[in-house]
Amino acid sequence: MTTTIIRTTTKILVPLILVFGSYIILHGHLTPGGGFQGGAVFASGLALLIVANNKEKVKELFNKVPLSQLESIGALGFLGIGALGFMGYTFLKNVIANSGFLFGAPTPKGINPGYLNTGGTLSYLNIFVGTKVLAGLTSIVLIFFLILRRERDEW
Amino acid sequence: MIEHLPALMIAVPLFGAFIAPIFKKHYKGVSIWAIIITGITVILSLLLAKEVVTGGIMIYVFGADKPTLVLPSGYSVPIRIMFEVDAMGAFMAISATLMSFVGALYSYSHVEKETGLEKYYSLLMLLEVGILGMVLTGDLFNLFVFLEIAGIAGSALVGFRNYRGEASEAGIKYLIVSAVASLMVLFAIGILYGQYGNLNLAYIARNISLNLVDMIALGLLFTSFAMKCGAVPMHYWVPDAYTEVPAGINPPLLVATYASLYALFRVSFTLFANIVVDLARVGWIMSILGVLTMFIGVTMALVQKDVKRLMSYHAISQTGYMLLGVGVGLTVLHDPSKLAEFGRDAMAGGVFHIINHIIYKSLLLMTAGALFYVTGTRNLNEMGGLARKMPVTTISFMVGAAAISGLPPFNGFASKLLIYETSYRLNPLLTVFAMVTSVLTLASFVKVFASAFLGPPLEKFENTKEVPRPMIIAMIILAALCIIFGLFPNIVLDKLVYPAVDALINFAQYHSWGGLA
Repeated sequence: MTTTIIRTTTKILVPLILVFGSYIILHGHLTPGGGFQGGAVFASGLALLIVANNKEKVKELFNKVPLSQLESIGALGFLGIGALGFMGYTFLKNVIANSGFLFGAPTPKGINPGYLNTGGTLSYLNIFVGTKVLAGLTSIVLIFFLILRRERDEW
Repeated sequence: MIEHLPALMIAVPLFGAFIAPIFKKHYKGVSIWAIIITGITVILSLLLAKEVVTGGIMIYVFGADKPTLVLPSGYSVPIRIMFEVDAMGAFMAISATLMSFVGALYSYSHVEKETGLEKYYSLLMLLEVGILGMVLTGDLFNLFVFLEIAGIAGSALVGFRNYRGEASEAGIKYLIVSAVASLMVLFAIGILYGQYGNLNLAYIARNISLNLVDMIALGLLFTSFAMKCGAVPMHYWVPDAYTEVPAGINPPLLVATYASLYALFRVSFTLFANIVVDLARVGWIMSILGVLTMFIGVTMALVQKDVKRLMSYHAISQTGYMLLGVGVGLTVLHDPSKLAEFGRDAMAGGVFHIINHIIYKSLLLMTAGALFYVTGTRNLNEMGGLARKMPVTTISFMVGAAAISGLPPFNGFASKLLIYETSYRLNPLLTVFAMVTSVLTLASFVKVFASAFLGPPLEKFENTKEVPRPMIIAMIILAALCIIFGLFPNIVLDKLVYPAVDALINFAQYHSWGGLA
């Protein structure tokens, strides 16, 4: 079901949705939302790309995207970040906070606009969860799309 | 490293599950990977059990500075997710890891001709994660999360042979039952959270007051866990799921069912333990549910022609023994003299029956899987004379059938005797039903033995051979365990079962996080 209207709207909307999804993932430790929500938003942008194109184009587009590998990377990254806590603390201990690492700057006290470079482990976990969710949801939509299109072709 | 064991129990199989999809089409590689990972978890769970049985309850607080920091910096309530492992949890963890290992070993040959195996093994290890999380956690919401993981992984595995319509149907059925059960659990957790403002099991248990809303929560939790462990009248999903699932998944799926039984015990013995008056009533409900479950299960098993379906109905029936044994114990939990006299032994019988049943029912379902592997059918009327062709399978089946019927010297006898003797003290009628069920069980397994293994050799099975070696090894491991547990029940009882029962009885210990607060 692709029409000129859908294609044109998609061209304008998809970049915005993808940027918004990434924003929610990256600001997970500061604003409402987080890895899962941002990943879902990001995947909805990709889902829009899928429905706006015909089957051959979608296959060509997504053939090179390693969706299931991305899913594994997301999960393994989460596990790895959690396992950092085994160095003297417990699993999932926030070892990166206040360490000066990326996302490890100390959080200033009091009212502030929110600093991106804080949060420690949380920010990394959000990114990995976001990766997993966007890959997982996109592959679900992709599979449904391919099955439905195939059946319609066979009729 | 010992203090990190509870976290490693989850982290290791999770790591295995997420590495598995990377193997893609290397099916041999991913099978061996699954066997290695599940083997490591067996070792970890044995270490954990040793630690817990000698050192008491083990606490692991996630994200804290050290694992035992329940109440950090001046808080009077626990704020972090924690694992609280007592002997009962460790006992279930051993069952789960052992059965996942045996299942992975058996699957090596059993499903080698199927496709999508990297997902199969990934789901197998996720199912293991779900079970282990359920039995180790000390947090109600965490329990729900792991219940969902086990339910979703389980239903995907039930529907694994998706080229068969029946498998998809069974998978959907299992998915719906799990979803309904876990939503009811979530609702009950919401009720408790709304009142007590905390999700920690021990914390809620200390403050619970059994007002009307708490009773609703208890009812919801009891019903949903009874539903997921296949007690009559919510048993309808069991035969479909157990029949259609590949036989290598049967052992972990059985443990997943009993993880819900564990959750049922945890709810009645820990969460609502302080309610003196009404607990006896809950115990009676559990015992009567147990008797109904065992009797209805076995009568439905008698008329089946499909070998795996018949065994699945027996799985329902055997769950009844566990409910009966532990229910008798729950009835007298607040009566110290009766508890010492027969309550503790009744619970030991029920808990011991969990691991016994997991072992021999997995063995039986795996022999049924071997029959299916060789003959391509599960219909008993089409089989016959296979004893000459498949000697190891036949012997394994005989061991399993003798164990499930409660014949000495196999493991089923040890736990059933404990249940008979103790339920007699509560009410002789309970024992009568339990014994009749046992006789009927023997009758239906004689039928299976005669129609599948005995009789003249059939022409169409002329060229059949014994099943491949990994399947044989998996069956022999379980058959040997059946005999060892039957010959030396006292060792298992003293080392594993009585510590588990005492952990359930001494709920005050659990409520205080093993004496930490």
